[in-house]
Amino acid sequence: MVTASTPPTYRLTEEQTLLRDAVRVIADERVAPRAAEIDRTGAFPEDLRGLLAAQDILALPFPVEHGGLGGELLSLCLAIEQLSRACATTGLILAVQELGSLPLLLAGTAEQQARWVPRLASGEQLIAFALTEADAGSDVAAIRTRAVRDGGDYLITGSKRFISQGSVADLITVFAVTDPDASRHGRMSCFVVEVPTDGFAVTRIEHKMGLRGSPTAELAFDGVRVPAANRIGAEGDGFDLAMRTFDRSRPGIAAQAVGIAQGALEAATAYARDRRQFGKRIGDFQMVAALLADMDAATEAARQLLYTACVEIDAGAPDASRWSALCKLVAGDAAMRVTTDAVQVLGGYGYIDEFPVERMMRDAKITQLYEGTQQIQRLVVARALLGKDG
Amino acid sequence: MRIVVLVKPVPDPASAGERLGPDDRLDRTAVPAVVNGNDEYALEAALKLVEAAGEGEITLLAMAPANAPETMRKALAMGAHRGVHVTDTALAGSCAVSTATVLAAALRDLEFDMVFAGIDSSDGVGGVVPAAVAAHLGLPYLSYAARIEPDMTAGTVRVRRISATGYDLLEAPLPVVIGGTQALGEPRYPSLKGIMAARGKEIVTRSLADLGLEGSAVGAAAATTTVLDSRMPPARGATEVVRGSAADGAARIVEFLTERRII
Repeated sequence: MVTASTPPTYRLTEEQTLLRDAVRVIADERVAPRAAEIDRTGAFPEDLRGLLAAQDILALPFPVEHGGLGGELLSLCLAIEQLSRACATTGLILAVQELGSLPLLLAGTAEQQARWVPRLASGEQLIAFALTEADAGSDVAAIRTRAVRDGGDYLITGSKRFISQGSVADLITVFAVTDPDASRHGRMSCFVVEVPTDGFAVTRIEHKMGLRGSPTAELAFDGVRVPAANRIGAEGDGFDLAMRTFDRSRPGIAAQAVGIAQGALEAATAYARDRRQFGKRIGDFQMVAALLADMDAATEAARQLLYTACVEIDAGAPDASRWSALCKLVAGDAAMRVTTDAVQVLGGYGYIDEFPVERMMRDAKITQLYEGTQQIQRLVVARALLGKDG
Repeated sequence: MRIVVLVKPVPDPASAGERLGPDDRLDRTAVPAVVNGNDEYALEAALKLVEAAGEGEITLLAMAPANAPETMRKALAMGAHRGVHVTDTALAGSCAVSTATVLAAALRDLEFDMVFAGIDSSDGVGGVVPAAVAAHLGLPYLSYAARIEPDMTAGTVRVRRISATGYDLLEAPLPVVIGGTQALGEPRYPSLKGIMAARGKEIVTRSLADLGLEGSAVGAAAATTTVLDSRMPPARGATEVVRGSAADGAARIVEFLTERRII
């Protein structure tokens, strides 16, 4: 029982509940009816991007002084969760808007924030995060894209792959090597590139298993000229900035995973209540009932870990990387298992696109892969436990 | 245009866990509190009037236990500008008469053109507090409002009052107290901007001493009503659900009602 003495951390505040419910209503009424079509056509949902902007949902991660709503990490994750419960592609629009902006928010100067944040908060502009390359995925420090100083500018040359929303963004946060001779973690720097610009091209859109409405792009930079005023943080700070970004962005992916799992649980529960075989509801057969109970337990456990991680990270916990990795690890695995079991509950109907669970199962898989694979999350957690050797 | 909206935290009707404590008073820890539904309709009407006028201020006024500001947060998120929360341990067990006395005292310290309240509350369902507040303040009371049309230039307000046969048109000079119904229109859900803006809005706390009232004049000791006994309503009989086409369903329902000589 919850009493007046229960620490507030363990319940959402009235404000957080209101915010979650406000986004849930929008997700149910406006996003959910579009989800199947977005998946089928693979077209980026410009209408829903506009909806998120009009409803100030895209303003959540940004500070009030630049037109944002000043939401905490938990508030942002509540919104991503509710959107993803209806449509993971739409949830990702908000998650990527945060991901791409984080270097600017963490290390940008007041001038840089005043220059770019207002139009990101209003949703007028989208931003993408370009770190991964064809040969530098988990091994982030191995990127080869170069940024060479040229007077007051830098010239960026190289290629980025698997860039979420890279083809629809107006700003791209690009990581590039500024000093190839520096230490492994001191070689790269971070830049904001305004596109379109000379030398920049979208060279490929991937054909993906899930998140089909979210364009994943390959980007080419051929001597793209960027003023030094667009560099975020000091030269050589790029790797550290990328890691600090992931500490705050991985909970967003965990929120997407929890949302997908919750959506699948609800669809499976509704089906188990309606579908009758052998003269009774299939949910009343113990084997199906157990599946549903385990799905609920896995989803709720992931959700509670996520919420606690958000609060810990916002409170400045020294082990923020651990919390961030833990919640994505648990939530991604929960989403995969819960959506797979949801397909099982629906049987043959779960395998066809007449019901949403096969889409949810395909969408869930990415949460085990991006912003660090589950193996990388385990590495982060284990390193936090063991510390450095010697 | 200055409007005060009376808001009462009540047990969330959706939780269905409302119960009385051993002292026969509502157990307010049993279920989460929400703003009384009818008060939200009154607030919605106030928000629409202020929006249409392009100026104005809406103040929430609640007499409630210490945790009420959390409940009032939603009303601030909907767009009310500030809140006044009258709270005092001596108020526990207050009857409707005491409640009206306290609210009237708090209103004497506020500037307003109109006071809005839901026509009744979902917990007590007495429906007398707004009228009693008006009586205390010597103001016109316009009840069962379905539409509220103030004329700030003339200093009057016209209200459509729901009646048994349609509606009555009432007009009174400002300031007034108005009891609003759900016919005023569905309350909005707060926007994200509204929810986050509510952080910066102030809820002022007032004690009985601040209002110049004696603790002995209100609360359980001064209550004019006492709960002698309480019982759960009898369980409903078996429910018959009519399925099928609209025509078949309608025919079955007519037959059912005719059998019981209801129609």
